[in-house]
Amino acid sequence: MHVNNEKYSTVEEKNSDISRPFFLLKHNASIWRLIPFLVAALVFAPVVVVFSSFFMPADEVWQHLVETTLPSLLINTFWLSFGVIAGTSLLGVSLAWFTAVYEFPGSRFFSWALLLPLAIPAYVTAFVVLGLFDYTGPVQTSLRSWLGSELTWFPDLYGRGGVIIVMTLAFYPYVYLMARNAFLTQGKRLLEAAQSLGLSRQQGFFKVALPMARPWIVGGIMLTLMETLADFGTVAIFNYDTFTTAIYKAWFGMFSLPAASQLASLLIVIVFVLIIIEQQFRLRMRFAEMKRSSRASGILLSGWKAKAISCFAASVLFFAFVLPIIQLGIWAANSLLQSFDQRYLEFLLHSVLLSAMATVITCFIAILLVYAVRLYSDFFTLIAVRIATIGYALPGAVLAVGIFIPLAWLDNQLSEWLSMLFQIETGLLIQGTLGVMLIAYMTRFLAVGHYPIDSAMQRITRNIDEAAMGFGLSGWAVLRSIHLPMLKTGIFTAATLVFVDVMKEMPITLMTRPFGWDTLAVRIFALTSEGEWEQAALPSVTLVLAGLVPIILLMRQTDK
Amino acid sequence: MRKLLSIKRFFTITCCFLPLLVVNIAQAEQVIVYSARIEQLIKPMFDAFTSETGIQVKFTTDKEGALLARLKAEGKKTPADVLITADVGNLWEAARAGVLKSVSSPILEANIPTYLRDPQGQWFGLSVRARTIVYNTQKVKPSDLSSYEDLADPKWKGRLCLRTSKKVYNQSLVAMMIAEHGEAETEKIVRGWVANLATDPLPDDTRALEFVAAGRCDVTLVNTYYYGRLIESNPTLPLAVFWPNQNNSGVHVNISGAGITQFSKNERSAIKLLEFLSSEEAQNLFADVNMEYPVNPQVKPSPVVSAWGAFKQNPMNIVKAGELQTTAVKLMDRAGYR
Repeated sequence: MHVNNEKYSTVEEKNSDISRPFFLLKHNASIWRLIPFLVAALVFAPVVVVFSSFFMPADEVWQHLVETTLPSLLINTFWLSFGVIAGTSLLGVSLAWFTAVYEFPGSRFFSWALLLPLAIPAYVTAFVVLGLFDYTGPVQTSLRSWLGSELTWFPDLYGRGGVIIVMTLAFYPYVYLMARNAFLTQGKRLLEAAQSLGLSRQQGFFKVALPMARPWIVGGIMLTLMETLADFGTVAIFNYDTFTTAIYKAWFGMFSLPAASQLASLLIVIVFVLIIIEQQFRLRMRFAEMKRSSRASGILLSGWKAKAISCFAASVLFFAFVLPIIQLGIWAANSLLQSFDQRYLEFLLHSVLLSAMATVITCFIAILLVYAVRLYSDFFTLIAVRIATIGYALPGAVLAVGIFIPLAWLDNQLSEWLSMLFQIETGLLIQGTLGVMLIAYMTRFLAVGHYPIDSAMQRITRNIDEAAMGFGLSGWAVLRSIHLPMLKTGIFTAATLVFVDVMKEMPITLMTRPFGWDTLAVRIFALTSEGEWEQAALPSVTLVLAGLVPIILLMRQTDK
Repeated sequence: MRKLLSIKRFFTITCCFLPLLVVNIAQAEQVIVYSARIEQLIKPMFDAFTSETGIQVKFTTDKEGALLARLKAEGKKTPADVLITADVGNLWEAARAGVLKSVSSPILEANIPTYLRDPQGQWFGLSVRARTIVYNTQKVKPSDLSSYEDLADPKWKGRLCLRTSKKVYNQSLVAMMIAEHGEAETEKIVRGWVANLATDPLPDDTRALEFVAAGRCDVTLVNTYYYGRLIESNPTLPLAVFWPNQNNSGVHVNISGAGITQFSKNERSAIKLLEFLSSEEAQNLFADVNMEYPVNPQVKPSPVVSAWGAFKQNPMNIVKAGELQTTAVKLMDRAGYR
């Protein structure tokens, strides 16, 4: 079998056509040049608010932190990030490879079902796991009464291991989804090509498929890492102290928003350095696109290997989705009669509507960014894009305040201005509108929209652009008629992730929602803030079910 | 080349974003409340207030820190008239940040004891949340128990469960102990607690109670309404309330309370709302929906709550809990109380 080797390998090219001065290009240059900077400015405003605290004095809080808890916080945060990255990569990549390349019992089912945990917020998985497995949970209680003794060997769930496992189960779908997209587009033919060159299947995976899937996998890992660093809900349930818990403690406990912001700034800097490192690696490569091989032609596995893979996938699915959903279902059934009313329809409607609108805006802007970078991938544009996606790494409540402060300032100015010019007294006009909420969501979740679309764009060979421009097409037209159809999978992936993430989001929703605009997440917040976890099961289940819809749609789309 | 936006598509997109135009339209007479106390625990009283006075109450809920940041950012244009929190520390911080207004109302002053409101009249307690000892009735005799301080005694080694120090209720408790004993003495006590812990600090009061009931530890410190809720759903648990420090300082109490915002546009209605909430009529409801204690001494707690017994409250003004909260947090960090 003859294989066009160049097409299937990592192609390093000189980007000579990109470094051409922009006025020599045919498309509507100025707009595309500006877009990344405009978006970055929008997203960067809250970050600047957070950073501006660097100049405020909060010395005694810092001194206190350094003397007492900071070293252990850093160590905790490092191990948590390390553990979650290791766990999600292992689960995500291996499951993606198995479902994309092999046929084993249930492979079609697992290929979409393994995404379902995405719909369950990590803090929900956390309280379900603790409710089942900690000292007072049914598992340990029945084991104790059965054995008639204390279980000294039972692992302490409140330690590092417990929180890493829960976050891994909650976040692996990010890596799985991205890696699967990569493996699907490489297809089985890539593996055949590798084998025809004398590599075994394992070698084919490690030497060819894995390196080629790297931008996707790294994208998924970056999302996981940002989510882990920003997480407060899950670590709070485990009482596991991280950098983020320190931020909240400085803010809520010691009433020092400056100290909290300074800690958050440090977090941003760390994440930014990681992003730049990742980008430097990525810049050295180019990836070529190829036709997707048909889904039906997976490599058929049988015997113990097939069974082992099925078992592995089944157990991940069981712990990450089935178990939490059963427990939630039982709790929800208990509270269904007392707390269900027609307001749930309203919560659901609000959740879905907000998520849908935020998804449209976020994905639209992500596409613009990705295309702008394709036209001009100079250093400053790349930095601007990275800045634009940094919001995901900030703890939600900190970002919410960061968004709110400039908006309120703007609102106050506008109101002053109106009363000066027209002698009319207005209250705050911008705030409390859905527009503010949507911008805030976009600020937070642009990274989630950006990574999948960006990876997909990197797969499209630049020869196509040149050919299109050769036919005299301009920037918009190239994007619309050439790129968009090829980006479809990436856009669907991005849309699903953003949709589900917005539904689960709490701090921004709480802070920017108009009066009376309660969502399912707001309902969960209300119940859990008074410790009524079991009562929160009903809105949680509703949230999960609503989140399943786009996930299933996505899988039908990618598996066609 | 086709146009990017056809008219039909433009129309569709516009329709999708129509809800953006939802703007707050000012109404006749209304009070706007920012509340850290959750909807289920405030809405019934607001409804009662509206049906009695005709004044509408609009509210939004969020965490205390976020509401405070919001009030500060909104400045004098803030729509909020009233801030409600579930603890005293955040009310104190709101007052310090200058977002609350001093109010004098004979009704509020008559209904609420001095130690449960701000000396400057910037905030008022509306319900009492008592933080007390709960013990396992199969493993502890009430005569073994005496005070918060006594739980630091080595005889409780490996028998104590505590909720995390990150919760404001524990921060308030330790702050009030600092006010009473001084920092050095309090640190000794907290270190004693930490040394007696049977397991790492737990994420919430309910879990701490379940650990005591399951025998993982013998005693814990919780707000009484968590005990009430757990016992209500599972009456056979071997748990009982003990009122500590009855011969000296009294049981530590926190409040959920409210203040009028500095730039309130409906100050009179807002004061009316607080007065209503402190009245005998509303107090029962306000405390009972969450098994808390009324602030108004004229009002009896609900029968369920009364059954746990009467007790002496710490009469020191709880403003101290706010003033010393930062000190308390640092002290607990030093003592290794996570």
